[in-house]
Amino acid sequence: MTVARLRVLSILAGGAVGALARAGMSKAVPHGSGGWPWATFAVNIAGVLVLAWVTTRLSEMVAPTRYWRLLIGTGFCGALTTFSTFQVETITLAKGGHVGLAFGYAAASLVAGMVLAAVATVIARRRRYG
Amino acid sequence: MITVLTWIGVGVFGALGAYARFSVAGVVTSRRPSDFPFGTFVVNLTGGSVLGLLTGLAVHGDVLLVFGTGLLGAYTTFSTWMVEAQRLGEDGDWATMWLYLLGSMLAGLATTGLGWIIGHAIR
Repeated sequence: MTVARLRVLSILAGGAVGALARAGMSKAVPHGSGGWPWATFAVNIAGVLVLAWVTTRLSEMVAPTRYWRLLIGTGFCGALTTFSTFQVETITLAKGGHVGLAFGYAAASLVAGMVLAAVATVIARRRRYG
Repeated sequence: MITVLTWIGVGVFGALGAYARFSVAGVVTSRRPSDFPFGTFVVNLTGGSVLGLLTGLAVHGDVLLVFGTGLLGAYTTFSTWMVEAQRLGEDGDWATMWLYLLGSMLAGLATTGLGWIIGHAIR
């Protein structure tokens, strides 16, 4: 197998596992109408933590790798987290009359996403220099 | 009852969605090099609008799980969006960070909503 093919395979494998994990969560933690979409919220936040950590480690702390970023970053984290479902859930909440909850869900996702991306980055940068 | 075949579908289309995101974002970024992450932006808006369309068409059950949750869920991404925005802030490029963060959210709601309306209209 060539390096190029293995790189594609890394994205496919990570993508399959990430999508299955998210779909599994959506089935395991369903939410009723007007309920906080915990499944999507949880996978999105978890994906941010992992991606920020991995991106920082692989781009700043260790020698460049051929496959890890594609497998865990592009494939797994990218597929584990979702923008489309997040948007549809926000609209569904607002459409169902839960405008406050829709706004809270969107705001909480963005704030938690940004804060945890920064936190995971700081943690990933510790104890390697010196 | 979700069959094994449905889960295989979620895995296969999830893999394809991730690869499509990589490809589309790569093409967009190479054609339009910018500090603003146009690649992820285009991927998220197109994926959101198609999921809105499927929702408007009242697609449900296993089909929605495979193509909505599997394909479009994996095609679009929240984690890359957040990490890219955080990096823009870290670089002190606050204007681009806010534009990317709030621009994706508002444009995403608009395009997803538009897809939804179109789907509902042609159902």
